[in-house]
Amino acid sequence: MPKKNQLLLDRLSDAARTGRISRREFMSYSIAAGLTASTATGLWTTQAAAQPSRGGHFRWGLHDGNTADTHDPGTYVTRQMIYLAHTHRSYLTMINGDGSLGPDLADSWEASADASEWTFKLTENATFHSGKKCTADDVIASLNHHRGESSTSAAKALLTDVTDIKKDGDYNVVITLARGVADLPWLMTDYHFAICPANDDGTIDWQSGDGTGPYKIENGEFGVQWNLSRHDGWHREGAYFDTVDLLVLNDPNARQTALVTGDVDSVSLIELKTMALLQRDPNIQIFNIPSAGAITMPMHCDTAPFDNPDVRNALKLAMNRDEIIEKITFEASTKANDFHHSPAQPYWPEGIEQREYDPDQAKSLLKKAGAEGLTVNLSTADSIFTGAVDMCVLYAEQAKAAGININVVREPNDGYYSEVWLKKPFCMVSWGARPTPDVIYTLAYKEGAAWNESRWVNERFNELLLQAKSELDEVLRAEMYREMAELMRDDGGTLIPFFNNFVYAARSTIGVPDQLAASWECDGARAASRWWSTS
Amino acid sequence: MGKLSRLILKRLGLGLITILVVSVLIFFAVELLPGDIAESVLGQGATEETVAAMREQLGLGRPAVVRYFEWLGGAVQGDFGVSLVSGERVSAAISDRFVNTLFLASYAAVIAVPISIILGVFTALYRNTIFDRVANVATLSTISSPEFFLGYILILFLAVRTSMFPAISSLSGSMSFADLLQRTFLPMLTLVLVVTAHMMRMTRAAIINLLASPYIEMARLKGTPPWKVIVKHALPNAWAPIINVVALNLAYLITGVVLVEVVFVYPGIGQLLVDAVAKRDFPVVQACCLIFAATFILLNLAADVGAILTNPRLRHPK
Repeated sequence: MPKKNQLLLDRLSDAARTGRISRREFMSYSIAAGLTASTATGLWTTQAAAQPSRGGHFRWGLHDGNTADTHDPGTYVTRQMIYLAHTHRSYLTMINGDGSLGPDLADSWEASADASEWTFKLTENATFHSGKKCTADDVIASLNHHRGESSTSAAKALLTDVTDIKKDGDYNVVITLARGVADLPWLMTDYHFAICPANDDGTIDWQSGDGTGPYKIENGEFGVQWNLSRHDGWHREGAYFDTVDLLVLNDPNARQTALVTGDVDSVSLIELKTMALLQRDPNIQIFNIPSAGAITMPMHCDTAPFDNPDVRNALKLAMNRDEIIEKITFEASTKANDFHHSPAQPYWPEGIEQREYDPDQAKSLLKKAGAEGLTVNLSTADSIFTGAVDMCVLYAEQAKAAGININVVREPNDGYYSEVWLKKPFCMVSWGARPTPDVIYTLAYKEGAAWNESRWVNERFNELLLQAKSELDEVLRAEMYREMAELMRDDGGTLIPFFNNFVYAARSTIGVPDQLAASWECDGARAASRWWSTS
Repeated sequence: MGKLSRLILKRLGLGLITILVVSVLIFFAVELLPGDIAESVLGQGATEETVAAMREQLGLGRPAVVRYFEWLGGAVQGDFGVSLVSGERVSAAISDRFVNTLFLASYAAVIAVPISIILGVFTALYRNTIFDRVANVATLSTISSPEFFLGYILILFLAVRTSMFPAISSLSGSMSFADLLQRTFLPMLTLVLVVTAHMMRMTRAAIINLLASPYIEMARLKGTPPWKVIVKHALPNAWAPIINVVALNLAYLITGVVLVEVVFVYPGIGQLLVDAVAKRDFPVVQACCLIFAATFILLNLAADVGAILTNPRLRHPK
């Protein structure tokens, strides 16, 4: 499996040496890689050398929690639910700090030659907090919770190819698929697939809050806080803290103040506008990690004027990404290249030429398309991300140099994703991180996919997508993803300005590993079990 | 006293009708919001099919009117139903939060009400002096600033710069009462600053208004000291408007504290209401709003009753 941070670094130094990228790009990528987050070159090396020690109490402030959240893995949606799930429950597999895939409840896994049958061999050491052993029955019931007619799970779509899940002895789970899915072990890291204890009738008991995770729930209330203590039977490394508190701190100011005054040890999100001020505090370390989450701006490829690839490319060329990254995201994002495959995902194709701001070329493309003086409406809303409307206004200004007139339409926050997304021909969307390129391409770029937000249909792309899905040869697979990236960049209907970074912070009394997982904020949502106290 | 109990009964009856109207308004207001509960629970990541399955389970397919009357049927029997999102009983979801809100409101009221009335009396006594001006300017400035701003200022000076009080008021079950008072000191102080001006100035105005009356003149002429004139002669006649404004402010302490709760991360009912609206969780929204409506109705009633009790003319009509 590729090690993405290392890979990214190697690539970067390589590119810098041969002069393929500018200093500016180099800076923005390496800050993005989290390796030189400005306060911290020195801090970082000492952190990297530090050894984890057991003990202490960890208070973790979260930025997104609601009173109405529940323990039901099928409805996991807020950070409160997701972080809690990674703390009190476990998954079949997990994403390691270096971005590779590692074991969690499953010790190992293997596929049939066509990747249509996978066998997960479970560890025999895992126990629930109730003391019950975790066996194949629990895993099967937990996965079935997301399948079938009556399932209300938000993760149902990820398992549509699964035709059968059965056990082979108490510690082997065999998953059969309608067609090859090489990514299945990666999919098992999806935050919905938390393993819960099975009931006798094959359903799961999610209500009790029992799990096999590193910490067990002592007490708590959704939307307020959770108190957990170490689960001595935890089957993997880590779980250094004795006790962990998760506090819901939705208000950005409350969150940052709590961090500054030491009322919490870590917060999952800090405001980019005040990041520079916070960096001056020697008691605080800030992490700026590239993620696979993206801001996309889909154009409906079946609707004029976006049905012409030249018009789409002109709109892509008319954006000055560097300026947007600097002014809107305060350098806390990673420049994207109009294909939805982040350097934080496996198989990232290096060396594809970066699309830069080029109003002259945009103009000539428009001339070729007979669409000079193009006027389009761009729908956006403040709730997409902080600065979304500002960004569109800035883009509209930049596009004027190419003779494009963009009307920024500010839509209501409420119901944006039901009323605007997929309906308005040119809008702005925020995508959460998906573990692999296959997942995101299948979800949002495949012909006929419900969420094909740009209504883009490209025969070769769809053919490659299908081939890559079941290709177990890593090299061949990476080549396919490269070609798909190029197709999407040059023909696709989506303008992708940047991948947003995760920006979170901890007090300097908290030790962290030298590589932080990029699947979620706070070390892949596993801060509670991977970090330690140095005080 | 027969008239008084008749008045209370009449007002309670009107209150019930008001609550019924409020519940209709809230129900249809929630219906008007774009998106529904299934979409907001499952998030942006859900497919059409999953959303449909959830709507089916929650019974959202039936007409709004039917769902309203079903809810009303339960509510009349004291059953406010279950939260559509978490499946928890609404009464259970609300009770702890409401206790927290009541605690903070009482904490603030216990401090704000005496301070405002005493300040009111003193500013009336020493009106147009430096003391009067300073008290007025100070309380008017705090009431004119948005409460979240006051909260931030207090956090900056009392939590970040001096570490005297915690910046966030997260509670835990094992706290001692003294800890609790310390943890909630900053939100309490914010609320006190917000409500003091209103009550103080009403007290001051009511008293000054009376000071021009002939009977006060009489009291002065017979040589009563100024403080006694105010406390013994003016204040008893000023109670009615003061009680009114105190009641209004108490209601505000319970219903208007959402921003303060958010700023200090205090687990009160306002935060619960905001969460429930975001999720379109109608039974919880309804229950919270009805508690607010009932608070207003009862406190207003209490104010009227108080006004009658302190006024012998109203107590003993001819």
